[in-house]
Amino acid sequence: MDNTMNLLNLITPSMMIPIFPLLGFLILSFLGKRLGAFSGWVASMAILGSFLCSLNIFLGLDGQQLNYTIFKWISAGDLQIEFGFLIDHLSIIMLLVVTGIGFLIHLYSMGYMHHDEGFTRFFSYLNLFIFFMLLLVMGNNYAVMFIGWEGVGLCSYLLIGFWFKNQAYNNAAKKAFIMNRIGDLGFLIGIFALVFHFGTLDFMDIQNQLVSFESNAPVLIFITLMLFIGATGKSAQLPLYTWLPDAMAGPTPVSALIHAATMVTAGIYMICRSNLLFALAPFTLHIILIVGIATSLFAAIIGIKQNDIKKILAYSTVSQLGLMFAAIGLGAFESSMLHVMTHAFFKALLFLGAGSVIHAMGGEQDIRKMGGLNKSIKLTFVTFLIATLAISGIFPFAGFFSKDEILAKAFEHNLLVWALLSISSMITAFYMFRLLFLVFYGEFRGTEEQYKHLHESPISMTLPLMVLAVLSAFGGFLGLPAVLSSTHQLSEFLSPVFMASKSLKVEAHALTHEQEWLLMGIATLAALVSIYYAFHLYMKKKVIPENEEALSGLSKWVANKFYVDEFYHKVIVNPMLILSDLLLVLIDKLVIDLLVNLTALIVDSTGRIYRLIQTGSTGFYLIAMVLSMVIVMFIQIIL
Amino acid sequence: MNPITNPESTTNWYLFLSCLLFSIGVMGVLFRRNALIILMCIELMLNAVNLLLVSYSAYAGNTDGQTFVFFIMVVAAAEVAVGLALMVSIYRNIGSIDIQSLNKLKW
Repeated sequence: MDNTMNLLNLITPSMMIPIFPLLGFLILSFLGKRLGAFSGWVASMAILGSFLCSLNIFLGLDGQQLNYTIFKWISAGDLQIEFGFLIDHLSIIMLLVVTGIGFLIHLYSMGYMHHDEGFTRFFSYLNLFIFFMLLLVMGNNYAVMFIGWEGVGLCSYLLIGFWFKNQAYNNAAKKAFIMNRIGDLGFLIGIFALVFHFGTLDFMDIQNQLVSFESNAPVLIFITLMLFIGATGKSAQLPLYTWLPDAMAGPTPVSALIHAATMVTAGIYMICRSNLLFALAPFTLHIILIVGIATSLFAAIIGIKQNDIKKILAYSTVSQLGLMFAAIGLGAFESSMLHVMTHAFFKALLFLGAGSVIHAMGGEQDIRKMGGLNKSIKLTFVTFLIATLAISGIFPFAGFFSKDEILAKAFEHNLLVWALLSISSMITAFYMFRLLFLVFYGEFRGTEEQYKHLHESPISMTLPLMVLAVLSAFGGFLGLPAVLSSTHQLSEFLSPVFMASKSLKVEAHALTHEQEWLLMGIATLAALVSIYYAFHLYMKKKVIPENEEALSGLSKWVANKFYVDEFYHKVIVNPMLILSDLLLVLIDKLVIDLLVNLTALIVDSTGRIYRLIQTGSTGFYLIAMVLSMVIVMFIQIIL
Repeated sequence: MNPITNPESTTNWYLFLSCLLFSIGVMGVLFRRNALIILMCIELMLNAVNLLLVSYSAYAGNTDGQTFVFFIMVVAAAEVAVGLALMVSIYRNIGSIDIQSLNKLKW
């Protein structure tokens, strides 16, 4: 009784979570001009409010879940879709990550976007994004999730094309939007299939009905595959990943918030949310595993040869997302969520650090023109180093634990999977240290002017860096492996969410402690080897990446991202253009124009005849008027 | 019976008068060329209708028709004001109020 009372008390704060950013957005859009520089504070405080509410719920949830309906939304025959929120252990973690990191990035943006003319517009978009992201996370059915899903896509579009005067940026924004639409169509079909087969979209109702389904039922495979297509679009997996590197056209805080920490993990969140559905379709999990591994390797390889600081981080994001999907494919949902969390910390930090570097360099993004920055921007360097160590999987930083857990799960499953994922992490360690060495060590390679301009960023930018550095360093302790601790905090915390799907999984033989130590040893050693190799190349031999023209053979392919964009352009975009040209001539010009012109012709020719009545003689009009009245009267009398 | 006090016998006369006035009005509108006369003919038609309303009102012993006449009078007054203003304006522009000369609006 006492518990239910507690839960009821949480409803109001949980409703406030999305309302704060929405209010922030409305205030900034309507009064933004008057607020001026103050608008950054309004936006940040809105997110802080959401964060505090989330924290309140996190502390009060106490092992239960909060599931309530706000209003009936769609009611058609048997189908009832409600607008409601579900807050359980899974969503509260996402809520804390989204609002917490969101708040830090808002703070950072106040420094980073200080000189921009679109300052208030930027913050209103950011608040809108957070609002939609919160809807996505909090919705208690697929329909509410879908609003958030589409909304974050819209905000992503708006923010990638934030500097809309640059046509290339606009194209990047459009590309991101269209790529996402392809995935969204899959998601939508999945939702329709769910309605068709289950008659409801509520997460809990579907979960309850799933008991009567057999594993690998064709219906479930179809639904899960469609949902997964949605996830590949939003989370930048293999066929649809090309939008994410281009999305770096947006301001750097946007890349950190949307294209690294939060939005791109929406696909993973969605699959974890429907974990029982996916656990009942091992075939789909298999495909997810393959796609995840392939993406992870593919993006990591491309990352080696990139020279734009943000592009490297973008490919690294794609690669890490691949790793998370691989974990899902292994059925290790909670390991995937742990990596989502630690990745959010260190990747946000990396992007913000990169933003600080770009800020110091006066807008330069090419790592070939940097170097030796460790002395002039010390704080940025130290935090960047921590993040790099974390992503490379060095003990005891956050990335080590989450990666180690996924690798251990892979080892239990299949040796080949483990080997491939290990290679991918090795490459990650290599290109991240390549980036670090080229940017922060060696000679300064920029212009004289840039050298004089070098300066550490203001406190509003460095403070979030420090907070995130602490999180990147210690965030991993939430998921200590079995050898180090008897309880795995996060998986313990998430266990109510994944209980049903866990019981389905045939538990592979758990690793012995010796095996676990061995795996950790190998992973650390592999990371150290690739770091040494990077050190050897870029510190000792002082290699500077050549220009693209100088490259040949395989490295040219890699530097050009395997020509995937060109391939898509040839195979999909060009035929599309030809088809639309054809339609223009056949349908538009021949059929539609003909109909429209014919209508106009009829009106025109009748007009030509009837205008003869319009003689201009007033007397004639009067006679015509009286005569027609008389005629009408006669007709009335006769009839 | 006294023809004055007996409504039935006198009403017919009023109706004939009303029809006559209305016809004169229509003919005037149709065959006169002076716009001022046409305006007067329109007034004549309105008043013919007023007469009709009043006589029927007396015949039926019901005041509705007479009330209505007041409204028509108000509208007629307004119409005359606008109409005369138009005449003046037309005269100033083309120096004549002969409707034959108002033949510019045509295809």
